[in-house]
Amino acid sequence: MTSYVVRRLLFLPVVLWAVSFIVFVLIRAVPGDPTTAIVGEKAPAAIREKVRRDRGFDRPILVQYGIYLGKLLRGDLGESYKRSNEKVSAEIARKLPHTIELTIASMAIALLGGLAFGILSAVYKGRWIDTASMTVALAGVSVPVFWLGLLLILAFGSFLPISGNISPEHDVARRTGFLLVDTALMGSGAMFRDALLHLLMPALALSTIPLAMTARITRASLLEVLESDYIRTARAKGATPAGIVLRHALRNAALPIVTLMGLEFGYLLGGAVLTETVFDWDGMGTYILTSVRETEYESIGGAVLVLAFTFVIVNLAVDILYAVIDPRVRYGSAEA
Amino acid sequence: MDRRKLSVLLRHRGAMAGLALVVFFLLAAALIGLFSPHDPVTWRPGEQHQSASGSHWLGTDNSGRDILTRLFYGARISLLIGVACVAFSAAIGLPLGSVAGYFGGATDAAISRILDILLSFPGMLLAIAIAAPMGAGLGTVILSVGVVGIPQFARQVRASVLSLREREFVMASRALGAGHARTLFREILPNALGPVIVVATLGVGGAILTAAGLSFIGLGVEAGTAEWGAMLHDGYVDPMLRKTLALYSGLAISLAVLGFNLFGDGLRDALDPRSRP
Repeated sequence: MTSYVVRRLLFLPVVLWAVSFIVFVLIRAVPGDPTTAIVGEKAPAAIREKVRRDRGFDRPILVQYGIYLGKLLRGDLGESYKRSNEKVSAEIARKLPHTIELTIASMAIALLGGLAFGILSAVYKGRWIDTASMTVALAGVSVPVFWLGLLLILAFGSFLPISGNISPEHDVARRTGFLLVDTALMGSGAMFRDALLHLLMPALALSTIPLAMTARITRASLLEVLESDYIRTARAKGATPAGIVLRHALRNAALPIVTLMGLEFGYLLGGAVLTETVFDWDGMGTYILTSVRETEYESIGGAVLVLAFTFVIVNLAVDILYAVIDPRVRYGSAEA
Repeated sequence: MDRRKLSVLLRHRGAMAGLALVVFFLLAAALIGLFSPHDPVTWRPGEQHQSASGSHWLGTDNSGRDILTRLFYGARISLLIGVACVAFSAAIGLPLGSVAGYFGGATDAAISRILDILLSFPGMLLAIAIAAPMGAGLGTVILSVGVVGIPQFARQVRASVLSLREREFVMASRALGAGHARTLFREILPNALGPVIVVATLGVGGAILTAAGLSFIGLGVEAGTAEWGAMLHDGYVDPMLRKTLALYSGLAISLAVLGFNLFGDGLRDALDPRSRP
């Protein structure tokens, strides 16, 4: 297993490099003069000249790529010239925690809800509760998250906040960037509650698809385990139904659920873009959207790169976790 | 598909419900011109924001266009996008995956790594990154959503080809003097298509969802096109249309995607007896 982990870790830089290469190609694929694309039509000549020299737009494309890669290694993702002349990395550092906060909250809802519905369905297989939760789960994976957000707003918009991360009158001292953590650190119950209420609807909307996926895989995986001999043994020894499911079956049914979590995380990062748009949530999604509207290509590239990197690293962590919790897993070189 | 599998499919309630939804939207897309007296695109100043009435069953939008008519025309665009995206993914993913599975070794390793890298982007983000520099348009949507779907096809067909290539009929084909291309595309691939059809059916639903997402954030079809994602956005930003236009276009997306998902699930159950619940 150690060799598997080492091999995956060694491959990580290759994946990250490839991701950055694709982002470079996509950003440079912008039609027209790349300097104009980055700084806009109205930029003064001095700035145009500076950007042209900085990026080497007058030099061969390979040199430009070298410059891009060099900057990237120093954590420099470029600047948003049209908007604020601010470093893209600084803007992202402000927005990323908000998106991570939203993603984690959704993941928690998805996991808890998905496990609950999945277990109920498996235990009451074929009964109405199974049919009902699996029908809802199937509908859940078919509904666009931005529509669900709208439904939530229509249903609960009169007594829950529908936009933003926290009410504007609250001045949060920024320490971690995660609003729930920062407000808790400030010891302000009112602010924490306000931040939590703002988080509620976006997180709920975003969690639906992963929740439905978790419920379906939990049911399938649990049903398979429940038919095995050791469960029959446990039953024969007089273990309670709840004990059988929670203590014996779920542990062995957990593997597919863990695998799915990595995939779901990728969905959550993509879905966050749409969810944030609906709820005006100040995070990476609204950042990408504003950048698309303002044609800030370096910001788009930077944001996509950071989110893809996050996804790659989370997936790696999930894969390693998978190998750790399942002693049967032996990743041979053939399948890796 | 043999008769037994077909009968499993026909008795699969979910699959039949899904098929009904899909057929409904197909008919709606094909026949709307016959039934609706309204034009889906032309602005009608003075007729904006009408509530439901005998001539406008679901009312009119902010440009005075009949909402119900646009919803059905939307079926045309959205189904077209869904199918075109999947066709694009399949056109690239199938050859890639079958070559990887058939030849194995370094070819397989190289192709698999490329697929891994495509998969290291969350799908929606990759679509946005491809679409952003290209600007809105039907071609943009099909290309960006199509690229996102390539790995699913490639992986599925690779797995099928891998399991088929050692079978007797393949060896027989080789022994009879058939070349690699003929063996792969005439002998193996037709036998690997079952799971691919499942991937394609589920893929249409996924593509409709992703494409609607792109349109919702303004990176999809051109403004004004009767497309569900764009209509949902128009309805969302106009408080007077939230409970009509936005609500119904979202419902249309959900039902269409649900149709393809249900039918795809049913197909899988019919084709693969092990996965039957």
